[in-house]
Amino acid sequence: MGVKIVVEVNGTAQSHEVEARTLLVQYLRDVVGLHGTNIGCDTSSCGACTVLLDGESVKSCTVLAAQADGRSVTTIEGLAEPDGTLHPVQSAFREHHALQCGYCTPGMVMAVVSLLKENPSPTESEVRLGLEGNLCRCTGYHNIVKAVLAVGATAGATAGATAGAGAAAEAGR
Amino acid sequence: MSILGNRVLRVEDPKLLTAGGTYVDDVELPGAVELCYVRSPHAHAGVVSIDTEAARRAPGVLDVLTAADLALAPIVQHLPGIPAEMARPFLAGDRVRFVGEAVAVVLAETRAEAADGAALVEVEYDPLPAVVALEHAASGETLLFPAAGSNVAARIAPAPAPSSAPGAAAPGAEGSIFDDCEVVVSERFVNQRLAPCPLEVRAAAAVLGEDGRLTHWSTSQTPFAVRQALAGALGVEEGKIRVIAPDVGGGFGAKNGDYPDELLVGVLAHRLGRPVRWCETRSESMLALGHGRAQQQTITLGGSRDGRLRAYRLEVVQDCGAYPLLASFLPHLTRAMASGTYDIERVEFESVSLVTTTAPVVAYRGAGRPEAAAAIERAVDRFAAEIGMDPAELRRRNLVGPQRFPFENPTGTVYDCGDYAAALERLLEASDYDSIRAEQAARRSCGETVELGIGLAVYVEITGAADLGGEWSAVEMLPDGTAVVRTGTSAHGQGHATAWSMLVSDALGIPIDAVRFVQSDTDLVARGVGTFGSRSLQTGGVAARQAAERVVELARELAGELLEADPADLVVDPGGGGIGVVGTPTARRSWAELAAAAAERGTPLRAEVDFTPPGGTFPFGAHLAVVEVDTETGGVRLVRLVAVDDAGRILNPLLADGQVHGGLAQGVAQALLEEFVYDAEGNPLTTTLADYLFVTAAELPSFESLRMETPTPRNPLGAKGIGESGTIGSTVAVQNAVVDALAGRGVRHLDMPLSPERVWQSLAATG
Ligand code: FES
Ligand code: FES
Repeated sequence: MGVKIVVEVNGTAQSHEVEARTLLVQYLRDVVGLHGTNIGCDTSSCGACTVLLDGESVKSCTVLAAQADGRSVTTIEGLAEPDGTLHPVQSAFREHHALQCGYCTPGMVMAVVSLLKENPSPTESEVRLGLEGNLCRCTGYHNIVKAVLAVGATAGATAGATAGAGAAAEAGR
Repeated sequence: MSILGNRVLRVEDPKLLTAGGTYVDDVELPGAVELCYVRSPHAHAGVVSIDTEAARRAPGVLDVLTAADLALAPIVQHLPGIPAEMARPFLAGDRVRFVGEAVAVVLAETRAEAADGAALVEVEYDPLPAVVALEHAASGETLLFPAAGSNVAARIAPAPAPSSAPGAAAPGAEGSIFDDCEVVVSERFVNQRLAPCPLEVRAAAAVLGEDGRLTHWSTSQTPFAVRQALAGALGVEEGKIRVIAPDVGGGFGAKNGDYPDELLVGVLAHRLGRPVRWCETRSESMLALGHGRAQQQTITLGGSRDGRLRAYRLEVVQDCGAYPLLASFLPHLTRAMASGTYDIERVEFESVSLVTTTAPVVAYRGAGRPEAAAAIERAVDRFAAEIGMDPAELRRRNLVGPQRFPFENPTGTVYDCGDYAAALERLLEASDYDSIRAEQAARRSCGETVELGIGLAVYVEITGAADLGGEWSAVEMLPDGTAVVRTGTSAHGQGHATAWSMLVSDALGIPIDAVRFVQSDTDLVARGVGTFGSRSLQTGGVAARQAAERVVELARELAGELLEADPADLVVDPGGGGIGVVGTPTARRSWAELAAAAAERGTPLRAEVDFTPPGGTFPFGAHLAVVEVDTETGGVRLVRLVAVDDAGRILNPLLADGQVHGGLAQGVAQALLEEFVYDAEGNPLTTTLADYLFVTAAELPSFESLRMETPTPRNPLGAKGIGESGTIGSTVAVQNAVVDALAGRGVRHLDMPLSPERVWQSLAATG
């Protein structure tokens, strides 16, 4: 009945035997013991469980643990540098007060990391559409969007410094 | 320089951003029994029999319990006037009264086994007629509690309202309050039922210690109330129970109350002597966590053709759901704020709270006040349309003037302070009202199919009502130079750790990270009420500040002795150096030295304060929404939301802004998207986050939020509540905007949520 899996979680190889029906989010929380990733629904609607699977964001309640076999997973616990330096998205969330109760936050941060990887300097409407699958009940999304745009503007400014003034002006919208 | 009033980043965030919070379901409890409830699929039915045999034989199942097995008395509600026959049982006995009501509980070794076991419990039901429509409930044709004799849970009788203008023509005994009104408008509004949807659902975990004391972790806004309810259910002293609300993932009023499925976790852990835990699924939560709003309102507003409002009547029918919990009381808050920011001579209010075969209704962000604001603000717009006056101008002519405070409104509520006209003018200017009106007219004149709508609301609400009690706080300086602040409030996202640390650090002159914040643990906090109704800063925050100030007094006395100086010459060093003689850096004792000396004498540097405010505070503001309505599809797009809010003196604008933003979003959500729907048979139709239109980032604009600060005289911080005002103004501002967009096409009123279908049908109907 059990399935043997080897998954790299936040840079550490984990090997376990799990039931075939075990979801990735259950595996991370109950087997690996990382409680940062939350569960907010049972219809894959809320995004609280978002993690990176081989660098791309997935709702970990929609993936079986067995499907993560041989792949790498990053959760909120693995995002900051080993020396504790926050990832730019984490810093921006704090600076812009993009979290209140914190329940959506781990999933939201991972979704943002993935969004910015695909689109380093998004517009406001791109951010809003890109985060449609991640629900937050506390912040009204205002400061989340602001935090993402701030990281995007920094990325844009850096790109602008090499590519010319145009990109920076674009990012400053 | 004081840190108070500054934008200070949150001390809560580093952990939440790197490891995530420690929510109830994250608490490690090895060997815990898992619970799963068997819930009724019927809205109303007799319970004929429950067959637990198959479930008991399922793998991992330890036991299956029904109401008969539990033998627990119903839960006592601490609200006046609710018929005793309507008390809520822990598990349904011979009758179920809403879909989702628990009839049995399965105990198993794992969560999956408990769920599998629950699916095997066979319950035989004898269906009874559902009671969903309030008219049906009022008729008494079908009774939920035959012993009570009616479906009425509570009533507020129409008392003749005192006139705010002495000498004004009192209506004759037979006359109506509208007798002298040239224009009278009347309309029925539905303030629809909502699912509060905190992102974390409910969970509980409990363990009986070897010392015979129970520890119960709860997703609660009010841990002391949970302790009281558990003690009542177990028949033990409160001191034998410790309730801890660790990180809680939002509550919005709904995690405030005695939920049987939560309390049973503690009860069973006590009985079994084994740890027990439970976490509901979202689909369960949609059914079993209390709902919000659910009022039907009939308004009548009268005045003169030149725009002077004179008389207002509000009749409320409150849907309580299956058991009268807080909802039965909500009309009192609606009544208190019925006339809002307007100077209306005569106001009549009456309400009836009815039980129906739906989920119980509880508090949800604003709890009774958004309903009051929605009624009067919609009514004012309706009146403005009737007399052909700009709604901003009609408001301007009728607002209570700034010189009138303290102001007693016709329903007897005494507002502390305010300047409603200033809020309105600020709003009109910031939003450039005249040019949006001009654009609206331009679009209309060239016949554009996408109409522009502008909606206003000038609101006032009540927070921190004194009859809900005060709060306790204690501050202690420790010999290592750090301070601990304990509070009876129970934050679940509001940022109290940051706010309270600011208050203490400012009083003691120590860095903010030298303050440790303790809340939500009944063993570590002496007493408390909790966090709801935007009450925390003006009660618990004030208590914390005063306790810190007393610690300073104690320390000055001590330092005076140690330094052989007059305490009157001693001041706190704002740089963290402790206490010393003004201008003499050498004559000083550090906090660590003072705390050590105090400890040696057996009189620690510790003070506690209970602060009860003399009355509630009345945050106010003005909100403006701009919407585009596509008259071909009925689609509504919120283009702008501009908010001017006054919550008195602001301690930390970062936190205040966050509260406003969240409130605004929930207001927009009610206006445009969200509704918890039951069909006529009482079947819930919006039981998942795929069906219930929880507002997302994509439906919202960035908000334009402005602040006014009129300090309240009712507490020394000058602070009013800010947790709910965003919702109270924005909901009806958005609703007014949509109706305004369609005013030229004959639409006079539309209920929320303003779905494309509803908008489109109204256009089809008006042709
Ligand atoms: S828990 Fe995965 S999307 Fe909600
Ligand atoms: S911060 Fe509470 S749900 Fe997003």
